[in-house]
Amino acid sequence: MLVIRNLSKTFASAGEAVHVLRGVDLDLAAGERVALTGESGSGKSTLLHLIAGLDAADAGTIRLGDTEVTKLSDAGRAGLRRDRIGLVFQQYNLIPSLSVADNLAFQARIAGRHDAAWTRELVERLGLGGLLKRYPEQLSGGQQQRVAIGRALATKPSLLLADEPTGNLDEATADDVLALARDLVARTGCGFLMVTHSLHLAGTLDRHLTLHSGRIA
Amino acid sequence: MTRALWVLAVLLSHWRRHKMQFATLLIGLIAATALWSGVQAINQQARNAYDRAAATFGGARTAMLVAPDKATFSQDLFVKLRRAGWPVSPMLEGRVQINGRSMRLLGIEPVTLPADVGNAPRLGAADLTAFVAPPGQTLVARETLADLGEQEGAAPPISNGAKLPPLRVLPQLVPDVLVVDIGLAQLLLNKPDQMSRLLIGKPRGKPAPLQSVVGEQLLRVEPTAETELERLTDSFHLNLTAFGLLSFFVGLFIVNSAVGLAFEQRLPMLRTLRACGASARLVNTVLVVELVALALVAGLIGLVCGYFIAAALLPDVAASLRGLYGAQIPGQLTLRGEWWLGGIGISIAGALVAAATSLIKAVRMPVLATAQPRAWQQRQRRWLVLQGAAACATFAVALLLLHYGQSLIAGFGVLAALMLGAALILPALLEIILLIGQRSARKPLALWFWADSRQQLSGLSLALMALLLALAVNVGVSTMVGTFSRTFVGWLSGRLAADVYISASDNAQGLAIRSWLKQRSDVQAILSGGRAETLVRGEPVEVLGLPDHALYRERWPLLEATPRAWTELVPGNAAFISEQLSRRLNVRVGDVIEVPAPGGSWELDIVGIYADYGNPKGQLAVNVAALIRHFPQTPQTRMGLIVAKQNIPGLIADLRRQFALDDRSVADQATMRAESIRIFNRTFAVTSALNAFTLGVAGIALLTSLLTLANSRLPQLAPLWAIGLTRPRLAAIELTKTLSVALLTALLAVPLGLLVAWCLIAIVNVKAFGWRLPFHVFPLEIIELVVVALFASLLAAILPVARLARMQPANLVKVFANER
Repeated sequence: MLVIRNLSKTFASAGEAVHVLRGVDLDLAAGERVALTGESGSGKSTLLHLIAGLDAADAGTIRLGDTEVTKLSDAGRAGLRRDRIGLVFQQYNLIPSLSVADNLAFQARIAGRHDAAWTRELVERLGLGGLLKRYPEQLSGGQQQRVAIGRALATKPSLLLADEPTGNLDEATADDVLALARDLVARTGCGFLMVTHSLHLAGTLDRHLTLHSGRIA
Repeated sequence: MTRALWVLAVLLSHWRRHKMQFATLLIGLIAATALWSGVQAINQQARNAYDRAAATFGGARTAMLVAPDKATFSQDLFVKLRRAGWPVSPMLEGRVQINGRSMRLLGIEPVTLPADVGNAPRLGAADLTAFVAPPGQTLVARETLADLGEQEGAAPPISNGAKLPPLRVLPQLVPDVLVVDIGLAQLLLNKPDQMSRLLIGKPRGKPAPLQSVVGEQLLRVEPTAETELERLTDSFHLNLTAFGLLSFFVGLFIVNSAVGLAFEQRLPMLRTLRACGASARLVNTVLVVELVALALVAGLIGLVCGYFIAAALLPDVAASLRGLYGAQIPGQLTLRGEWWLGGIGISIAGALVAAATSLIKAVRMPVLATAQPRAWQQRQRRWLVLQGAAACATFAVALLLLHYGQSLIAGFGVLAALMLGAALILPALLEIILLIGQRSARKPLALWFWADSRQQLSGLSLALMALLLALAVNVGVSTMVGTFSRTFVGWLSGRLAADVYISASDNAQGLAIRSWLKQRSDVQAILSGGRAETLVRGEPVEVLGLPDHALYRERWPLLEATPRAWTELVPGNAAFISEQLSRRLNVRVGDVIEVPAPGGSWELDIVGIYADYGNPKGQLAVNVAALIRHFPQTPQTRMGLIVAKQNIPGLIADLRRQFALDDRSVADQATMRAESIRIFNRTFAVTSALNAFTLGVAGIALLTSLLTLANSRLPQLAPLWAIGLTRPRLAAIELTKTLSVALLTALLAVPLGLLVAWCLIAIVNVKAFGWRLPFHVFPLEIIELVVVALFASLLAAILPVARLARMQPANLVKVFANER
């Protein structure tokens, strides 16, 4: 489903070129759950951003299903994120001025794919039933991340990308949140690529890849 | 569409959670639109009145023939021209008094009146018969009818005893004008077979050349797009517009501050929207739509407020225009559709301009950049340098305009450049002062005080700029008005030399009063005066007759004169000229001026220049006997009396009883003086009101900036609270900081305000009115203004500070818990 070939990305930092990705190849099948680890600065988040179309690659190709992401315009990449990708960030990135219910439904609504029954199921499975009227600032970190996962899965994406989704959570909460994510991914049948520092969590997924010096080791 | 609506709903949800910020944005837009559109409403009302005046049966917008050196000419010339194929229509103009009120009487000939002239088309066939056939009609504006206290159909008498034809309302007419058939006008004005001008219609074929028909006896005057009244009042409207514009910009400062902060707070939201798949184009479009929608709502509210502001100010504006220029403006507000549309347009344009920086940032925003909610404040440091450079460039422009500019616009340009430059350089100056404070601080809390003030400065700079401008304008305008007031009062003492003033209803009464006064032992002297009107080099000029009396020599306010000026005036071939006319005609002492008079041209040596504040017309002062010789029709109805103070009330009472004179016909010096000062004060009432509005808006700008900053202040204050400073103490420090920067700003506004006053007195007044005033400084008023500014700052600061003082510790703890 996700095919990445020879992907490269370079940043300029303090006048010097930093080669973050140096020809990454990666395949991810539909329904497969993959963990991506690596030391800080190894390019894990950059790879995730490129797949999500948040940034443009310098060279190489990313293909999601029949769509070549690297050839899409900014508007095309926005459409891809809206319709086919779910994104979860370490900082949750919820919209502070919207209630939990509105945050959950938001992406599905702008994608025109709001499914009330599926949203109800997400609310139930994520344990957010009593929190729907609250605002993000009134939730704990674990609760906020569950809302973020719900929002990402509300569109039933074909690929869920998570960047350190448990980085701000304690170990027990992290386990709970990830278990929920795994269940829901299995329920939707979407692919799941998660960047993490935790070898323990990485071990709970189907496959574990390591990024080292800009390449998949 | 649904997608856009959802994005819009998300963007709007921000305001639901930040109500104060939302209120700030709306207040800024409403204030900006209200003050701007209020001023525009007043200007539009005045322009409508000028248009009506211009359309009064051949105003300046109609080509006409006039006698080059006489007020009137013989009817024969009209007959000759008609026979030669000239499509001319005669008109006679003069002044009549009804119940002591002076009005302009226009005599027209409706049959030959060109169809494209003024109100001609509105006189239909049926009306035409009624207008021409006996007893005829007197056409008047509705306001004139009300002023006279008469009904339609009434035939009030004029001062010479004759009766006007029945009054009929013609709404398009300007107030204080009476229009009758020319035959009647000749009778009423006692000018048989005389005409003032001939209006020229569209010629059919080619008439004989003018010179071959009438020789040099008539001169063709081409129509002008701008009337004399419009030209005279331009400066007043420019002044109002400048005030409106200043308030508009101060309002936009508030909008800019609110939108800027909202944008920074919404940055993470915008990035999340993009991450969730809303395209950059969609998000940016919706941001603009949101802003336009808010501007539309605020614009509508602002327009309603503007209407009320205009309605409240209009009576004073009308009084100012009547006092300064003799322009008649109806006191009731009527507005056109363009005003409403223009107001909405300016609100939207203003909002887009104020939000331009934020919108550009949004367009350029990379989706991946990490949220930097306070980066805008840090970037401000770099801006200080750029702003300083821009300020220097603006000051250079002000200097260039001062040196090379000749017009009124250039005068206002100097003012605008000066104020813009000062506003731009203010943050840099404050930064330097605070840096010096920081470097000289020894105690840790003092060090933090200065450093934090510097950091806070960037968020407050726009509001402080608004405060600086508002205060400088207040200092400048109040200094100018104070200077004018002091000069005016001194000048009035000189001009009102006599103890009692009399204005008889006609020459016969004047003669009777004079004879009666000569019998009275309590009257020490009778000083006869008189006035005539003429055109000098195309300018309407009043010729004033002065009696030859020692009192005038001692007190008449001459600015410049030859050593024997008063003696030279007596024979009748010399004149004093008013300051504004001398500037307008570029005439100095020693020059010669030719004055068209009924008996032919009158050559006068200019032997003195005198101040004539508040008179819209240019004026020449000559010996009164010479005036009557050259203008025999001059009414000899005015006189002043020298009377011992204790005898004044008795004399006035006797005059009233003997000659049935009312308050307008006889008054003592003190009453005249009080009335003149009352009119003077009313003239500047609008300025004071706009001054107060501008200062109020600046106060709101400061309040809104402080309120919007209050939330982002928590991360700076929480660590101090954590290390042991109590909340009340923190609140006191915050208050001191705000008041310190406000005081610094107010102190910087004082020299700027004095510079503004100098510009107003030495440049704008001279260009606009033609008079230059001596410069006076009023320290007490300035101190009072600084105190008012500090009080406004205190009021603005008190709410956020009180909130801080009462803040729950849990809120302060959150700063650490949330890792803001």
